[in-house]
Amino acid sequence: MEITRRDFLKVSLSTVFLAGLGLELEKTKAYASELKVKGAKETTTICPFCSVGCGIIVYTKEGKVVNTEGDPDHPINEGSLCPKGASLFQIANNPYRVTKPLYRAPGTANWREVSWDWALNRIARLVKKTRDRTFLRKNAQGQTVNRTEAIAHVGSAALDNEECYLIQKFMRALGLVYIENQARL
Amino acid sequence: MTNQFNDLKNADVILVMGANPAENHPISMRWIMAAKEKRNAKLIVVDPRFTRTAAKADLYVPIRSGSDIAFLGGLIKYIIDNNLFFKEYLVNYTDAPFLVDPAFKLPDELDGVFSGYDENKRSYDKSTWKYQLDEKGVPKKDYTLSDPHCVFQLLKRHYSRYTLDTVAYITGAPKDKIEEAYRIIASTGKPDRTCTVCYAMGWTQHTVGTQNVRAFSIVQLLLGNIGMAGGGINALRGESNVQGATDAGILYHILPGYNPVPTAQDTNLNTYIQKYTPVTKEPKSLNWLSNRPKYIVSYLKALYGENAKKENDFCYDYLPKIESGQDYSFITMFDNMYKGKIKGFFAWGQNPACSVANSNKVRKALAKLDWLVVVNLWDNETSSFWRGPGMDPKKVKTEVFFLPCCASFEKEGSITNSGRIAQWRYKALNPPGLAMPDADIINELYFRIKKLYEKEGGAFPEPILKLTWDYGEKDASGKVKHVDTHLVAKEINGYFTEDVPVHPVDKKSYKKGQQLPSFAFMLDDGRSACGNWIYSGSYTDSINMMARRGKEDPTGLGLFLNWAWAWPVNRRILYNRASVDPKGNPYDPERPVIKWDPVNRRWIGDVPDGPQPPLAEEGGKLPFIMKPLGVGTVFGTGLADGPFPTHYEPLECPFVENPLYKKHRINPTVKIFKDVPEDRFVVCDTRYPYICTTYRVTEHWQTGVMTRHMDWLRELQPQIFVEIGRELAKEKGIKSGDKVIVSSPRGRIWAIAIVTDRFRPLKVAGQTIHQVGLPWHFGWRFPEDGSGGDSANLLTPTVGDPNTMIPETKVFTVNVEKA
Amino acid sequence: MARVGLLLRPDLCIGCRACQVACKQWNGLPAEKTRNTGTHENPPDLSANLFNRIKFIEISDNGHGIRWLFVSQRCMHCGEPACVEVCPVKAITRTEDGIVLYDREKCIACHACKEACPFRIPRYDQGGKGKIAKCHFCFERIRAGLTPACAKTCPTDAIKFGKRDELILYSKKLGYPVIYGEKELGGLGVIFALREDPKVYRLAENPQMPAHVAFWSTLLKLTLGKRGSKLLRYFV
Repeated sequence: MEITRRDFLKVSLSTVFLAGLGLELEKTKAYASELKVKGAKETTTICPFCSVGCGIIVYTKEGKVVNTEGDPDHPINEGSLCPKGASLFQIANNPYRVTKPLYRAPGTANWREVSWDWALNRIARLVKKTRDRTFLRKNAQGQTVNRTEAIAHVGSAALDNEECYLIQKFMRALGLVYIENQARL
Repeated sequence: MTNQFNDLKNADVILVMGANPAENHPISMRWIMAAKEKRNAKLIVVDPRFTRTAAKADLYVPIRSGSDIAFLGGLIKYIIDNNLFFKEYLVNYTDAPFLVDPAFKLPDELDGVFSGYDENKRSYDKSTWKYQLDEKGVPKKDYTLSDPHCVFQLLKRHYSRYTLDTVAYITGAPKDKIEEAYRIIASTGKPDRTCTVCYAMGWTQHTVGTQNVRAFSIVQLLLGNIGMAGGGINALRGESNVQGATDAGILYHILPGYNPVPTAQDTNLNTYIQKYTPVTKEPKSLNWLSNRPKYIVSYLKALYGENAKKENDFCYDYLPKIESGQDYSFITMFDNMYKGKIKGFFAWGQNPACSVANSNKVRKALAKLDWLVVVNLWDNETSSFWRGPGMDPKKVKTEVFFLPCCASFEKEGSITNSGRIAQWRYKALNPPGLAMPDADIINELYFRIKKLYEKEGGAFPEPILKLTWDYGEKDASGKVKHVDTHLVAKEINGYFTEDVPVHPVDKKSYKKGQQLPSFAFMLDDGRSACGNWIYSGSYTDSINMMARRGKEDPTGLGLFLNWAWAWPVNRRILYNRASVDPKGNPYDPERPVIKWDPVNRRWIGDVPDGPQPPLAEEGGKLPFIMKPLGVGTVFGTGLADGPFPTHYEPLECPFVENPLYKKHRINPTVKIFKDVPEDRFVVCDTRYPYICTTYRVTEHWQTGVMTRHMDWLRELQPQIFVEIGRELAKEKGIKSGDKVIVSSPRGRIWAIAIVTDRFRPLKVAGQTIHQVGLPWHFGWRFPEDGSGGDSANLLTPTVGDPNTMIPETKVFTVNVEKA
Repeated sequence: MARVGLLLRPDLCIGCRACQVACKQWNGLPAEKTRNTGTHENPPDLSANLFNRIKFIEISDNGHGIRWLFVSQRCMHCGEPACVEVCPVKAITRTEDGIVLYDREKCIACHACKEACPFRIPRYDQGGKGKIAKCHFCFERIRAGLTPACAKTCPTDAIKFGKRDELILYSKKLGYPVIYGEKELGGLGVIFALREDPKVYRLAENPQMPAHVAFWSTLLKLTLGKRGSKLLRYFV
């Protein structure tokens, strides 16, 4: 990915310049000991909230997001962002994210952590069981329908296009007809 | 959106109605404010509530929620009565001159319904909703627009009732403000002035939602604003990739690229093609959808690869078929889930326990499931429904899985904005812990299910076993290790499945495996595969077009043709051939979207809606290429509830009758849900005397699963609130900051009162009407101390628009009491 | 060195508060636990973790007229900063280009600066008892050739960063009759381009160091020297 942004070229140039300002920087060091984007990797992304499609740059250092801000070269937002977009940093640095698969057994009152393997195998088993029991080859009129009405899918309006495509491909291959996303809300 | 966010800067008038861009699409205001500053554009906001967008408006018109068609009907009448329409455009590019079947009747003649209404079925027989055809099968026309059966005259007659007084009586809007709005909007019926509209769920979440949008589409056709820079019909969509998810056919009624989902009656591919491929007798119509056979065959080839052959109907049988006329939308889905008919459920990046209307019913429905799989970044009200308010976990038998996935910048792929621009996003870092990209979760599930069917057999395993799934390196067991989303993007774009020695389009030769240059190169004989025809051209042999970052803008209109890629074929303004006169000269030479170069015989500017020469020339084509007749349709025969938008009251309202059509209070084609107690609704009930509307605010997003977990945003909007006008608050003894209870026939929630003059009582049909408003961003699950409150959708009714089944969450009745 | 400035245009502001969030993001400031007190405005005040905020002002008349104004509250980076004047330990300084900076290591938490500030801006950490914290103009970003975080993120350019003189010229060219901050207190670094009386936006009229603070400050300084200001808090 080639990025050429005037604004950010200045950063790398000015890191040299900054060295000469040690004294002034020293004064505010509680908040600004060093430009935190210095030496960070820049990755362009598109905001995950509304549908305007604003460009954001994610700055990472050692696998951690250290800063996020508007992409100044993006023609729609030209570097600006709303408060949601400006908070992207907190999606990456977020204590509440679920980081392991969870399972809640029937009749129990708690989540428990499970392995991916176990969860995926169990889901595959349940999908097959429900599908096999409810799959309809033909309707009452004898017309071929090849569907199950006992499994439903909703969501995906925040996934990537490629994932959306895979979801519809996968769900339709299973025979689902209840396939919906947020567009209908 | 027909146009682009950047294009808002080109408008002379911007109507915001049923949307609130300053709060829900803040960056669009960058371009709206640019239009105001640089073009002296006028911003008009029509909204029940004075919003942050209204704060920037040149004119704010308060309106009763659910009365938009009355307002817009009055506008149509105003434009016609004052002769302010753009006649040349109307005559050449719309069906206004077309003659309609004399048997067709308007609601004026039939007590509030169009001809063909069946009260028992609550639906229309549309056999009279058609044009008169000449001997060649082409609609008869009266270019003088004076024949009493022409669409224009019918339109004029239909809206003759929508006088200023009537509009004010129904909407509650002050007459002078209505008239001022009409005057400003109608000023754009000139070739060199344009009006644009920003709408969102404020128009769609009504039992007349589709007709709200259509009403203004008619206005835009009358004023000649479709296809123009600074014009169009612009839906500001709610989620980052709701456009892409819709394009991908994650809806029960459409396959990718808006190809219809086959019904049981479409018994084979040929039947399907016959039914859904429009034919036209209009010689000047391009009738783009005549290409349907190529699109559906190529889609089947993308799904089933070499298994899909002409001999087996390209595996058409494998596609699941819906029952014709049956609804499988959210509302019906949860109705059937509540009734125990749905056993397994995937909530993939969605929180229906808060986002779907009548959430009480939804939450109870979830408890009837055998199993539930939730894929998300955060635990939420859906995944934890079994421990939510009123639930006894011991009694809930549902097995629940929570699968943690990647955030947008922890994986790679494209998303499509409201302006149809598909933009590529890169991976910045790994996800936390064991979280996985959604694509890999799908991959893992697919592989495991496939294995089970391979080993054990089962119900009709072929569609699963024969599916193509070549998305990266495979392990010893044949499983794709990790999905390479570039390979998926390439399949979506499409490729040749066989060598094509002489392609019928350009006479060049193409090799098997080469990417399709665009959908124009697709074939209906199985030699091309394409996952989604409208994305064909997005990922070519040489370049991922969606990742482009070119900033050239030679027209200065903000089209940015080298920035990423827009469907279809990188066109930025749809129907742009309507922005030029029949000779190809731009109606507004200052803002030329496209222009015909007669010397080189080609179009300059945006990617035109077809390369054919302008209408007046030999081989010239009409501008509305997706319509079989090539023109914009004022007369909407495809709708469930009538060819012209008509004012009906919301399901719940404080009035016993419709002031315009006494016999039909509500949309006569709305499906009434009443099987279960959770579906209850009331009409003109003194227990619920106030109109309530729901909305979003700048600081949160959707049900708040993302934003409630982000402290900086929660700091700004920590709790559910209800906005109440000063007069009502005084009546109820409520002060700003008080905790109040808002209740509807379906539920009750607490909220913090914001007493404000931004909601004013309106005088409607002789009564004083109070409106209140709630955001729907909150939920019991987080913050964990319950300080945020719960979803406003606990109050909203189970009812939807008859065309789309989008629930009517923008208007229902409530009571408000001090807690 | 040309003086830097921020031009604020409330008529462009959409009250989205991206400026509040971008400031927190860049400066690594934690969120505060808030509650809704019957307004969209939040947090209710500036703090050591909130350097700028938007005030929501609703103005309605008895007819149908209603206005909703969004006005930024923050350090104004005065040309003649009273805080610099009264700080007994020179923890607050003014840079050549007009940024009012502070050194938290030198700060002795005497809080004289807030008393002296015509806008009562400085806030203190440790629940208001500790050392100074306030807007520092994204000083390090400016030095690196970047725009301050609030100005960069503003969706409608209601906050514009630049050379102060040029910003004033620019707003005059746009026809704004009132440039709040052009002359006040030696000229403010944060200037508001307005079409009405600053009172409408609840901006302080004729802002000055409070007279009694000025009195005691001068007196203490005369009698005890500059460090006498340390005692200022006991007199005001």
